[in-house]
Amino acid sequence: MVQKTQNDIIIELRNVFKTYDGKHAVNNASLAIKRGEFVTLLGPSGCGKTTTLRMIAGFEMPTSGKIIFDGKDITDVPPHLRPVNTVFQKYALFPHLNVFNNIAFGLKLKVIPNGTKVNRKGETVQLFRKYTKAEITEKVNNALKMVDLEDYGHRNVSSLSGGQQQRVAIARALVNEPQVLLLDEPLGALDLKMRKDMQLELMDMHKRLGITFIYVTHDQEEALTMSDKIVVMRMGEIQQIATPEKIYDEPANAFVADFIGESTILSGVMLEDFKVEFCDTVFECVDKGFKKNEPIDVIIRPEDLKIKAANDPMSLMQATVLSSVFKGDHYQITLIANENELVAHDTENYEVGETVGVYIKPFDLHIMHKTRLINEIDTYITGENLVEICGTDFECVTDLAEGTPVKVQVDFDDVEITDDEDDGMISATVVSSIYKGSYYQAILSTDDHYNFFADTDYEWLKGDRVGIRIAPEKILISTRDENEKPVERVVVDETLTEEEEKAIELSRNIEPEKFDSEAYEQEEYAQNSDEEGDK
Amino acid sequence: MKKKFKLTKKVFSFPYILFLILFVIVPLVLILVNAFLDSDKNLTLNNFKTFFSSPASSIVLGNSLLVGVITTVLCLVIGYPVAYILSKMSSGKILVLLYVLPMFINFLIRTLATKAIFIALNVELGMGTVLFGMVYNYLPFMIMPLHTTISGIDKSYIEAAQDLGADKVTVFLKTTLPLSVSGILSGVTMVFIPTISTFAISQLLSNGKIFLFGDSIQLSFEQNLYGVGSIMSLVMLAFVLVSNFVMNKFNRNNDAVRRSLW
Repeated sequence: MVQKTQNDIIIELRNVFKTYDGKHAVNNASLAIKRGEFVTLLGPSGCGKTTTLRMIAGFEMPTSGKIIFDGKDITDVPPHLRPVNTVFQKYALFPHLNVFNNIAFGLKLKVIPNGTKVNRKGETVQLFRKYTKAEITEKVNNALKMVDLEDYGHRNVSSLSGGQQQRVAIARALVNEPQVLLLDEPLGALDLKMRKDMQLELMDMHKRLGITFIYVTHDQEEALTMSDKIVVMRMGEIQQIATPEKIYDEPANAFVADFIGESTILSGVMLEDFKVEFCDTVFECVDKGFKKNEPIDVIIRPEDLKIKAANDPMSLMQATVLSSVFKGDHYQITLIANENELVAHDTENYEVGETVGVYIKPFDLHIMHKTRLINEIDTYITGENLVEICGTDFECVTDLAEGTPVKVQVDFDDVEITDDEDDGMISATVVSSIYKGSYYQAILSTDDHYNFFADTDYEWLKGDRVGIRIAPEKILISTRDENEKPVERVVVDETLTEEEEKAIELSRNIEPEKFDSEAYEQEEYAQNSDEEGDK
Repeated sequence: MKKKFKLTKKVFSFPYILFLILFVIVPLVLILVNAFLDSDKNLTLNNFKTFFSSPASSIVLGNSLLVGVITTVLCLVIGYPVAYILSKMSSGKILVLLYVLPMFINFLIRTLATKAIFIALNVELGMGTVLFGMVYNYLPFMIMPLHTTISGIDKSYIEAAQDLGADKVTVFLKTTLPLSVSGILSGVTMVFIPTISTFAISQLLSNGKIFLFGDSIQLSFEQNLYGVGSIMSLVMLAFVLVSNFVMNKFNRNNDAVRRSLW
């Protein structure tokens, strides 16, 4: 077995940033991955998950931050010296080589230690050799057997089906016995049935080999099925790191809740500990530690919302059935309660227009801090009654002099979205639009990468270009201290125990050694011989 | 009943077919017929005897092939690195145009200018200058297909090779080079075939000292030896066909990577 390092962390990202033309593709990502874990980076396209994986593989260099492998700093190590292998999104099998030679590619290049020798000066010198033909043949055949493609060695890669190519790509990576296998949306190109089969196979492989898998996908179901740990990302930032169960049951914020599975997200107010108000009704809940009357998001999974008879003493509020759709094993029922839309799953059908009662267990109400309460921008006064917001001068009401550093606040309700980009003062792209029961909360990314939150009555299409307008009297201005530094948000890995967390925290203060590729090869060799001994 | 004329896609190919018949098929037939006629238009096999029995003609043919091979090799050696570097550069597409730009000038003018420069520099005209002229003229034909092929290679192959432990040199030798074979073959064909049949460049840049196959064909026709000239043209045609066949054979072995301009 491999010698256990402190904490048994095999890969750690420390405050990793990746910036393309001023835009953060990955923004302050810190993540620790344990040996043997199946970790999934999950998020919508453009969230930075693939960039993160490519930085671990070495194809992209982080703009700042460190990547640590087994206690060694590999941030500057080129990809061919890193002890990781990748399964590429479109497989990237070499078209000029057959299946056998594709798999043998890495083995043919590998140098392994071959005993030591004492040279004339009396020093012990490490000898190296390449794998022999027979060794390569044996390893490749074993790899082919592992992916059930035993008789395909001589085949041309272009003659294989998508699923078979996928297997070859996995075999090509695994044959090198990497300690970490990186998988970049490997099942994206397969059809649904094939994907389910490969999911099980990959999980099985992970269990048998005991190596670390880092898996990138945008498919939340895939992530929930396969992973030990899920890292949810959005707009380059890690949103939550937790087990699949925790991600589903206790999403960290409205985005995670919306992205993982169906749910109703409502705005509410935390009246006091264990008491929350939404839909003009006060509910009992199990959360505490919020500020008094703090605005919060409430998340309710459709299967947790129980529909009762209107006069049932258990029902907490009354609602009207808006629609009912048969979904095979359940009905998806949309309810309206005090002008808020709620979604429920129920095995019974209800008539549209029927008045029903609603019951939710206190435990099933998931209360979350709002990601942001108000749009806040640090900027300067640029003239008489003028303030700069995202590169454009906005009219405002102020008596501050030109050049004063100020903090601008704009309420979500006061951000006006215009359909035509040219009608707005500044243009932006719609990043997301989440339904909150009675309105949509849209996130708009301006051209200089500030994200405006806006509450609107309409759903805005993701990726659309829109304009933003703000009425002068709605721009709230207060002076700010230029030396004040914004507080950085740190996402805690919820799968770690307190001790582990502390150990990681401590190790962050130690400058890691630089990675030495020769040492790695020796270690690898020791590992191989151990395995042979086990047989 | 009269068939009505219909404007189908097929119709658009008629002008080209007509052109092909008039300027390719008919001349080929004329060459073939001329090969069997003497100067008085009588049927004869003497032309073949004249050509194949004279040692001079086989020396010229050998010279042509040698010049063709050397030019092609030089073009490949010079052109590959250029195409490779250009394909790695973001502005590569524009820079390739610069390499093609000299072709906008008539090649005779270019060759005469080259000659004038050599004379001004007091360089003796001979094999060296001929080869220079050849490479200068045909290099773009090598760079263009190579650039197209190399820049068309999916970056993920390179990354996959790196991921599997290949350093820069190995990545090049084991992926980029094999994946650009189709470009090399197009380039070689585009350079070799015109060089073995070229004339004027050799004459001008060697002051008539070096006589290539193309020159002797030209000479035969100038001296009204249509028969011998025709036979030489046929021999040339045979070489072109053979080299094309060989190239295609190579390319077929690289089935999966056939992706290039030509």
